[in-house]
Amino acid sequence: MAAAESRTAGRSPALARALLIAVALSFLGLFLVLPLLTVFVQALAKGVGAYAAAILDPTAWASVKLTLLVAAIAVPFNLVFGVVAAWAIAKFEFRGKSTLITLIDLPFAVSPVIAGLIFILLFGSHGWFGGYLKVHHIRVVFAVPGIVLATIFVTFPFIARELIPVMQAQGKDDEETALSLGATGWQTFWRVTLPNIRWGLMYGVLLCNARAMGEFGAVSVVSGHIRGLTNTMPLHVEILYNEYNYAAAFAVASLLALLALLTLAGKSFLEWRQPELRHAARQGRDRTRREIT
Amino acid sequence: MIDDKRRRIGREYFWFALALIVILMGSAHAATVKLLNASYDPTRELYEDYNKAFAAYWLGKSGDTVTVNQSHGGSGKQARSVIDGLEADVVTLALAYDIDALAVQAKLVPDNWQARLPNNSTPYTSTIVFLVRKGNPKGIHDWNDLVKPGVAVITPSPKTSGGARWNYLAAWAYALKQPGGNDAGAEAFVKKLYKNVPVLDSGARGSTVTFVERGIGDVLLAWENEAFLAVKELGADKFDIVAPSLSIVAEPPVSVVDKYVDQHGTRKVAEEYLKYLYSTQGQEIAAKHFYRPRDPTVAARYAKQFASIPQLVTVDAVFGGWTKAQATHFADRGTFDRIYGQ
Repeated sequence: MAAAESRTAGRSPALARALLIAVALSFLGLFLVLPLLTVFVQALAKGVGAYAAAILDPTAWASVKLTLLVAAIAVPFNLVFGVVAAWAIAKFEFRGKSTLITLIDLPFAVSPVIAGLIFILLFGSHGWFGGYLKVHHIRVVFAVPGIVLATIFVTFPFIARELIPVMQAQGKDDEETALSLGATGWQTFWRVTLPNIRWGLMYGVLLCNARAMGEFGAVSVVSGHIRGLTNTMPLHVEILYNEYNYAAAFAVASLLALLALLTLAGKSFLEWRQPELRHAARQGRDRTRREIT
Repeated sequence: MIDDKRRRIGREYFWFALALIVILMGSAHAATVKLLNASYDPTRELYEDYNKAFAAYWLGKSGDTVTVNQSHGGSGKQARSVIDGLEADVVTLALAYDIDALAVQAKLVPDNWQARLPNNSTPYTSTIVFLVRKGNPKGIHDWNDLVKPGVAVITPSPKTSGGARWNYLAAWAYALKQPGGNDAGAEAFVKKLYKNVPVLDSGARGSTVTFVERGIGDVLLAWENEAFLAVKELGADKFDIVAPSLSIVAEPPVSVVDKYVDQHGTRKVAEEYLKYLYSTQGQEIAAKHFYRPRDPTVAARYAKQFASIPQLVTVDAVFGGWTKAQATHFADRGTFDRIYGQ
């Protein structure tokens, strides 16, 4: 009886492992690799010429430029905010700290459509600030500023969330040492803190960038969908698809997918360069979790 | 040394002033005007063509370059965006009620906006037809075939889509015009019809994609122009167009958005943009995109390409105008809510 049990126990891990791996791989293939492949196959369905024409079309090109512009504003903004917030949370004790952590997570919890509507309610013609903006001829919603605001909102947590565990794992000993040796606060930040967190920071920037370029829901609400002016790449893909222009839609989609893949490649590269980063991040995350619960 | 510097600065001023003069002269000669047209879903192809034609016409007439930007979406949603601050110079929407909303809710246009252009400010019309799968396997010929069990009907939500409201009213009008038809009977008929609707998209184009691309449903209730476009784009071997015995004259009106054109200083060109829709060339472009032209000569030339529908009714004659139809059927707790909520 006992022998039989131990035999099963001895055999099952290998079997279970093979089974689990097979299930995981087929899921990955079915839900990730296959759809991604479809995008590229469809994009090239009408030949390379049609692909190039679709990408070089002025409205498609405008959407690429807008997407990159929005990411170029949203990511640095969140970079500064993320570092400041993570610094405050990891290195200082103050009242309302857990409230701050919860607030940073808010954009993860709120649906992007709500995020978009918030900005319409604030900055639309009949919104809280609508009258002021109208008098001063400032356009926020249905223009680039609104798109940037919505993108910042949904990408808010990425960098801070990535940095908090890294900073907490490192503690404040290094900084205290630097200060005791006579370094100014600014020197401490540039020479001690920043080098310590640089890999985590880049990781956060990459994730933030990927989401900033790919956001659909929130941007769709505030965009106004003006062709060639306020359509980001994800919105332009939808428009082309709705115009029966499938090859062009998938061509732009493939470009967007390519940007995302580049981001992921960058992330893998960082992990490969800095294996201890993953370790530190995991430790820090565990610690945050313990503190919150 | 100092002299040299001064000379250099002087030279820079000179170039700067020259550049400024060139720019100013350039703008005095040929201005570049930008217009924004907020339109509903199925007009994308129409206005892509029309904007090019108008730009050429306007360049010849005034020497100015005009670029018309387009924004498309469900008609109700577009009206909402314009009210919220999408600064469209002109709106070309699916039905009068959505432009009325601009007048009532935000005073962006005067109350009498519809009297400013001929034909109730509707330069072209359309109607509602059925698009079915090739060979019409479910044998759908008229409205009463849509309420049969096992027939899946695709139509967008009347809450956001103009086309959907025309669909709904056409079905209602059909039931009303049957022998012994009355409002209660029509409500029961439309309710039965919506029981057969598996998906409500937010705009007409979304519904068309659901039907033709995703292959859902047996029949699509569509704008005539949208149905012909789908057949043209995706192949006559896949779909048939069915003309019911009765349908509604769908009137998608146009208007300048007074408050925004005055802000932008674009009133003149925006008004010309809409007037040109009534010209022979404008009417031709509309007809080519399967909108029914108002101009009798152009209409006669293209008569053959449209579905032949024995009886066409108007929203004014059957429903007493859009304001009334909207209040009765599509407002909160109107008949549509009653029908679809249960």
